[in-house]
Amino acid sequence: MNNDKLIIGGQEFNSRFILGSGKYSMKLIEAAVKDAGAEIITLAVRRANTKEQESILDYIPEGITLLPNTSGARNAEEAVRIARLARELGCGNFVKIEIMRDSKYLLPDNAETIKATEILAKEGFVVMPYMYPDLNVARDLVNAGAASVMPLASPIGSNKGLATKEFIQILIDEIDLPIIVDAGIGRPSQACEAMEMGAAAIMANTALATAGDLPMMASAFKNAIEAGRKAYLAGLGRVLTRGASASDPLTGFLRD
Amino acid sequence: MENQFFVDSEHLTPAALAKKHRIENDPASRKNHMEYLSGMEIIESDVCSQVMAQMNSYDYSKYTARDVRAALEHTVCSIEDLKALLSPAAEPFLEQMAERARLETSKHFGNTVYLFTPLYIANYCENYCVYCGFNCYNHIKRMKLSMEQIEKEMKVIADSGMEEILILTGESRLQSNVEYIGEACKLARKYFRMVGLEIYPVNTDEYKYLHECGADYVTVFQETYDTDKYEQLHLLGHKRVWPYRFDAQERALRGGMRGVAFSALLGLSDFRKDALASALHVYYLQRKYPHAEMSLSCPRLRPIINNDKINPLDVHEKQLCQILCAYRIFLPFVGITVSSRESAEFRNGIVKIAATKVSAGVSTGIGDHESKYTGKESDSIQGDEQFEIDDNRSLDKMYKDIEGEGLQPVLNDYLYV
Repeated sequence: MNNDKLIIGGQEFNSRFILGSGKYSMKLIEAAVKDAGAEIITLAVRRANTKEQESILDYIPEGITLLPNTSGARNAEEAVRIARLARELGCGNFVKIEIMRDSKYLLPDNAETIKATEILAKEGFVVMPYMYPDLNVARDLVNAGAASVMPLASPIGSNKGLATKEFIQILIDEIDLPIIVDAGIGRPSQACEAMEMGAAAIMANTALATAGDLPMMASAFKNAIEAGRKAYLAGLGRVLTRGASASDPLTGFLRD
Repeated sequence: MENQFFVDSEHLTPAALAKKHRIENDPASRKNHMEYLSGMEIIESDVCSQVMAQMNSYDYSKYTARDVRAALEHTVCSIEDLKALLSPAAEPFLEQMAERARLETSKHFGNTVYLFTPLYIANYCENYCVYCGFNCYNHIKRMKLSMEQIEKEMKVIADSGMEEILILTGESRLQSNVEYIGEACKLARKYFRMVGLEIYPVNTDEYKYLHECGADYVTVFQETYDTDKYEQLHLLGHKRVWPYRFDAQERALRGGMRGVAFSALLGLSDFRKDALASALHVYYLQRKYPHAEMSLSCPRLRPIINNDKINPLDVHEKQLCQILCAYRIFLPFVGITVSSRESAEFRNGIVKIAATKVSAGVSTGIGDHESKYTGKESDSIQGDEQFEIDDNRSLDKMYKDIEGEGLQPVLNDYLYV
């Protein structure tokens, strides 16, 4: 387990829990990071674009990798501009692309996301695109230079869990980049399930923000993600693998 | 009891008074409120007919407790469910509605509450809207700030920590033309992250120009969706043209604005029908412009200078809360703004249930921020207020109060791209 690292853009991480930072008090960020054991925290550039008094950056503990997102972008061009602004603000080279042309469900626009990924990857960003789980799009993102692929589990904020489970599994099976499940994870058990499937990491925000005790929920997620990861590495027992297998080998009769 | 809106000022000339009485008392002397004036852009849109068909057929007395329970059980709130939630039958379910509303708010907005402040830059008005303090027959101190004065006001507000501003004018194209407002937007971009506008409705190309000047959000209150009632309340001026006002948000979006805000002024007409129409105005426009950000306000009638009796009639706090919960359950993703017309207690409570944005450090007068914010006696002239506010908390106080409620005050969540 000790050598089990999450590698994104050449950088190694021990934690597989990416923490969202919107939707809750910034004063809780430090506690949440600590109890979640998180090493990556997202940051909406639109929120960071504020006066000093309130700057989220001040609340982020040292040694944590910032993952600025392009929330507010409605097309590739806007996402690119926001990503560049993030770099100017001192948020580093990582960027999570979020492009929404829908204010109701906040579903990502896959086509625009591919365009933005290509431009930003060429500019040296470590690009982590948020996307609707579609295999062809995921392949295009790989070709465009993405550092990971972040499919949604269900609509943002819905806490509905792995509504797109089958399609995320396909991405896990077919794409060589880390598949990070993002959006819609409402419970630690759902995070655990995604990790058992082979997801590389989990991103959560609303599930924590709306919990009664945010740091405790952060810790619950940490444990669940670790448990799921261990289960994945251990290899799930056959009753749980896809397609049941008989206890006696079906091909035992073969002689040579 | 109806509101008594007509007040005669002793400062009016006999001729002006005669005209005022004529348009008040003789409907035939008033212009057709459904007819566009020259220069008003007409756009092709079916949003209005959809909203009005729903509102006109809405009979809220037919909904029962059973309909309300069903509405609260549904995962997705339909238009029929909304109608049930806005009906009198839903009043006993206020607590359950609040619980559901709180859940939806937290799913979409977490614990955040956004803060903004309005800045009135002029109070000249060419309209006679009988309930409004700025109406052209009301004897108040009129004023229009110069660019230097606007900048001074903005500095004072920005120094308080505010990052979002809503620029307002009275509705006078003559006194406050689009270029004047555009210049104010350019100044505002220097001091604020987010610039909204609440001005008279304009054409698409003018919204485009104002967007280029830095504004990105347009608020237009329809006041009432009941066109007959509208006709009786908006007696004179371009604001009298109801359909041009209705399409303002759509023109603003076509002009490139990121978001638009809506509202009826509750207490003018049948509030249940007006609330339904407001929500559906958002609903149908969102379907047509899915990228746009939308928000709803919920102003109630307030006393004005020279008429301190004006009140929101049957829209008590309970009804207001019911409307806001219904809005939230039907439109979980929209912003809901509650202004300083409401009390501090109401606003503290409603941000925990449904509201996502509140104003702070509010003045509805002209050019008085320095004296209001610093307590310094101002030697410059100030213009009178549009209406009396209730909650006069400063940004600092509001920020602390919101934090004290366990919520996260947010000064900016916005980028101009």
